[in-house]
Amino acid sequence: MEFASNITIAAIFQQVLVGLSRTTILFIVASGLSLVLGVLRIPNVAHGSLYMIGAFLAYTIATLFGGGTAGFWLALIIAPLGVALISFIAERGLFCHLYEREHLMLLLFTFSFTLVFGDLVKLVWGSDYRSLSAPVFMQGSFSIFDLPFPRYNLFLLVIGPLVALGLWFLTNKTKIGKIARAAAVDREMVGAVGINVSRVFAAVFVIGCFLAGLGGALVAPTQNITQGMDHAIIIEAFLIVIIGGLGNMWGALLGALIFGLTDSMGILLWPQFAIVFPYIAVIIVLLFRPKGLLKSTW
Amino acid sequence: MLQVKEIHTYYGLSHILFGVSLEVGKGEIVCLLGRNGAGKSTTMRSIMGLTPPRSGYIKYKGVTCTGQKPYLLARQGMGYVPDNRRVFADLTVGENLEISKGKPKDGKGWDKDRVYDFFPDLKKIDSRKAGFLSGGEQQMLTIARALMTNPDLLLLDEPTEGLAPLIIKMLEEQIARLKESGLTVLLAEQNLSVALRLSDRAYVIDNGSIRYHGTSKELQENDEVRQKYLCV
Ligand SMILES: Nc1ncnc2c1ncn2[C@@H]1O[C@H](COP(=O)(O)OP(=O)(O)OP(=O)(O)O)[C@@H](O)[C@H]1O
Ligand SMILES: [Mg+2]
Repeated sequence: MEFASNITIAAIFQQVLVGLSRTTILFIVASGLSLVLGVLRIPNVAHGSLYMIGAFLAYTIATLFGGGTAGFWLALIIAPLGVALISFIAERGLFCHLYEREHLMLLLFTFSFTLVFGDLVKLVWGSDYRSLSAPVFMQGSFSIFDLPFPRYNLFLLVIGPLVALGLWFLTNKTKIGKIARAAAVDREMVGAVGINVSRVFAAVFVIGCFLAGLGGALVAPTQNITQGMDHAIIIEAFLIVIIGGLGNMWGALLGALIFGLTDSMGILLWPQFAIVFPYIAVIIVLLFRPKGLLKSTW
Repeated sequence: MLQVKEIHTYYGLSHILFGVSLEVGKGEIVCLLGRNGAGKSTTMRSIMGLTPPRSGYIKYKGVTCTGQKPYLLARQGMGYVPDNRRVFADLTVGENLEISKGKPKDGKGWDKDRVYDFFPDLKKIDSRKAGFLSGGEQQMLTIARALMTNPDLLLLDEPTEGLAPLIIKMLEEQIARLKESGLTVLLAEQNLSVALRLSDRAYVIDNGSIRYHGTSKELQENDEVRQKYLCV
């Protein structure tokens, strides 16, 4: 294929939709990472591992329930909850004792978790890849301007805004969300007005990790579930959080949009080099806004 | 109400408080005077459990509370108004108050309406982001926020710092009203005239040690101590 050889309005439209479905996954994962980074100040490298576990768990649960539509829905609900449970145990058992440590320690600590989780996945699921099929009514494609668009991606396009809305509600309308926003800036003062910050941190950590698990479960039907998907996503998620502004939920959305759309447009423009487009976008953003597009809580 | 005995407090390796002792009785306003860097804020932070002392003890309502977590102390009725007004800048005025609301211990506690009756100026800016308030408004908010926790003892750290005379006068009146309602206050100040008008007794701190202790009237008349430690 040659450079920019097959660009039509229809193809652009199709790739925008593809990019937006990718955005959904990226946003869900990155917003969870951003939440934990913004409120707890933990750069959780193991976030990608939880995403991978979410995908494997979704596969196992769906298979356990016969692989049908019901299995898929159950997997979509139970897998992220399972990931949330794992993160809850990790938080109460280990992380909660480390909040006062410096960031480098936390980074190394969560990195060690990626190794542990990576081996655990290998132990439980072996090193073969798995695949999970979407429920029948979401399989196949329908055509937009005579170009195919997978039905499952349409489902993702619905989920993305729902999650964004849910997160907006959580951070702006609920008490725990307001406390979390206050703690992101001044945790000491939050404690001084009688709030048990440690409990709030646990809840925020679990919610953030739940989002990693949800991202993993949602992505499962669209790709092979393999070892190594943790590394791929964590790099992207960190870049998204960085260009969006650390700890800023809408920044994560903006970053995910930039990442998802440049990726899909790159495929259209120059397929062989599509992979570099998002990274070029990141560099451009950071050249002009080194602190990210939106206000960081750091 | 509050007994601080021989506390030594450090920030990391630097030794800041050298055996500070003080007492605050129920219903009193006691002030802690001292120039910049004397150790007033550090004393307040030690009492609130934010930088716990390494030795010595603190008794609150007759019970030793040294080393307790700040949130537990707050729930037992210790209200903390920090220096340099640390409002939750990202939240609105109303949200600042809502998240600080504590369980009333007996009968009627503080809620948003009562706080707004007390500081009518805050009511008008209920939905404004706290980060956009003026210094005086932020100071009112930090006091209001502490009131929402239903304190019995209020630790007030330099409430008049950097404020215009008119606002200082208003705050002074409000603090006097709080005392009338039965609240006990430990007030750290550099503004000698405001502090002495408000308080029953005074401690003077310098270089991390208490140098003088007496009634406010006695301090008012003691030129030597005032000149030596407070430069006035
Ligand atoms: N976080 C900190 N780390 C190290 N040293 C500190 C810290 N905070 C304060 N100090 C030092 O402790 C000493 C006492 O400070 P403190 O804030 O208690 O004084 P203060 O009486 O409240 O003064 P001010 O009137 O300026 O508020 C000062 O010498 C200050 O430099
Ligand atoms: Mg001070």
